[in-house]
Amino acid sequence: MELSRLTAHEAHEYLMKKSFSSLELTQSFYRRIKDVDSKVAAYLTPMEEEAYQQAQQADENIAKGEGVTELTGVPLALKDILCTESVRTTCASKILSNFHPPYDATVVKKLRESGAVFLGKANMDEFAMGSSTENSGFNITRNPWDLNRIPGGSSGGSAAAVAADECIASLGSDTGGSIRQPAACCGVVGFKPTYGRVSRFGLVAFASSLDQIGPITKDVTDCTILMNSISGHDTNDSTSVNVAVPDYRKALVNDVKGMKLGIPNEYFVEGMDPDVERAVWEAIKLLETWGASIKEVSLPHTEYAVATYYIICTAEASSNLARYDGVKYGHRAKGYDGLIDMYGKTRSEGFGPEVKRRIMLGTYVLSAGYYDAYYRKAQQVRTLIREDFDRAFEECGALLTATSPTPAFMIGEKVKDPLQMYLSDILTIPVNLAGLPGISIPCGFSRGGLPIGLQIIGKHFDEEKILRVAYTFEQRTDCHLKRPRLD
Amino acid sequence: MKIGVKDVEYVAGLARLRLSDEEKEEFTTQLDDILTYMDKLNEVDTTGVEPTSHVISIKNVLRNDEVRESLPSEPSLKNAPEKEGAFYKVPKIIE
Repeated sequence: MELSRLTAHEAHEYLMKKSFSSLELTQSFYRRIKDVDSKVAAYLTPMEEEAYQQAQQADENIAKGEGVTELTGVPLALKDILCTESVRTTCASKILSNFHPPYDATVVKKLRESGAVFLGKANMDEFAMGSSTENSGFNITRNPWDLNRIPGGSSGGSAAAVAADECIASLGSDTGGSIRQPAACCGVVGFKPTYGRVSRFGLVAFASSLDQIGPITKDVTDCTILMNSISGHDTNDSTSVNVAVPDYRKALVNDVKGMKLGIPNEYFVEGMDPDVERAVWEAIKLLETWGASIKEVSLPHTEYAVATYYIICTAEASSNLARYDGVKYGHRAKGYDGLIDMYGKTRSEGFGPEVKRRIMLGTYVLSAGYYDAYYRKAQQVRTLIREDFDRAFEECGALLTATSPTPAFMIGEKVKDPLQMYLSDILTIPVNLAGLPGISIPCGFSRGGLPIGLQIIGKHFDEEKILRVAYTFEQRTDCHLKRPRLD
Repeated sequence: MKIGVKDVEYVAGLARLRLSDEEKEEFTTQLDDILTYMDKLNEVDTTGVEPTSHVISIKNVLRNDEVRESLPSEPSLKNAPEKEGAFYKVPKIIE
């Protein structure tokens, strides 16, 4: 049995039957990492010593039958934007290259309490700003399906690690598509929960009104297992919402009969890859065959989403990233003349080009004289985008779209043209602006053999419905079973 | 052109970023492109539309003003580039 290929629910069954121990399982993952991570480069910081301790603890708990959950002894990867106590957390930025947080993020604490094993911290675009993981301050992660292509971003390391069997599952964060788009590019499942469902405490902030943590997994069942562990209200995050958390496992119903699913016209955008369009329509037709009723709907303000998003997210980022001043933690420049000079040198040395670009843009749109023209205007259009979804959801329970207009693009293809890079997020961004839950699942392959993702969007806190559609599709098709060849 | 090198220098000052001449030039072109694209929003009539700053309507979240456990100074200072005793150390501010 190839242990590194297992899902969490499969591994859990074997661990319970004592077919192997968590220690053996963890060892097999480090062997796999040693074999393939020189090609994929999904990890920034391995946590080997800590992982073996967690695995041993899990084995003891399993032997005693104490406090065992579905994640006990299950090896995971964490996006390096999540604070891990005493373990280096860089956000893939030179400015945090030696930052060791004094506490765990709430999601990390919850996974620890569930008995999970942390294999390491996964690469990403610096401060989660990017769609390709090329903006990492350290190295470029490659797509396991084609090493010359990007894995998507910003959670590219988290998605590539799952696709390359370098972990069972991982956590990512999603501000404008950063879980769903890399999941689509790497042929795995990526779930962005409703804004407020998962605590952001200990998630290094990028754009606070949009950021949300979620799982990247090999199948929909694993997605529900991780959601059961990480969801819930947290007094340390005043934007986390105090509503009851369902048992997500109950959403795993293999049936879509009678469900009303909407197809937003505007999401079949100009320049969409014909293979993506074909795969998504085939998925829609299948769901219709299985008894769902398909209805065209309209989200008329979609074409304004990218402009709206890049005003709001850069504005919030420019404010959030003001904290990197070389005083409390992180890099401080050497050889400065006074405080202001220290700030300037520290920040210019520590931040990469995309982060600087976004800080500049955000500072500009918030500066005196431009606030109303850009920031306030964007917030108003955000209201209209949200209302588009409200109207669509009067006619249907969930929406079906592509996750990304194209399969994974080539490394280097869009680095010199930031606007083109921004436009590749067109199908995922509106979901964040409206705070909705969305999932990307594998729905097919391009003629070149690259994975294609189907996005399913739901109403606020109506996550079970989209998980049910995703589960039904997965159970009745087999594209999620295909794996990239790395040997 | 919506912005020039002078604007880029001014904004960099506000953001406490020190840019090289090359960066200034590159950012001027790129930010100009992006801001021009953002003008698209002017096509939308937003008269009377309430701005959304937050998608979930949460009222002020308050708690009782009680002393709770907090991070002690030693781990809080652990990552400081420079420190002295229980304090962060910064360059002289007042001449």
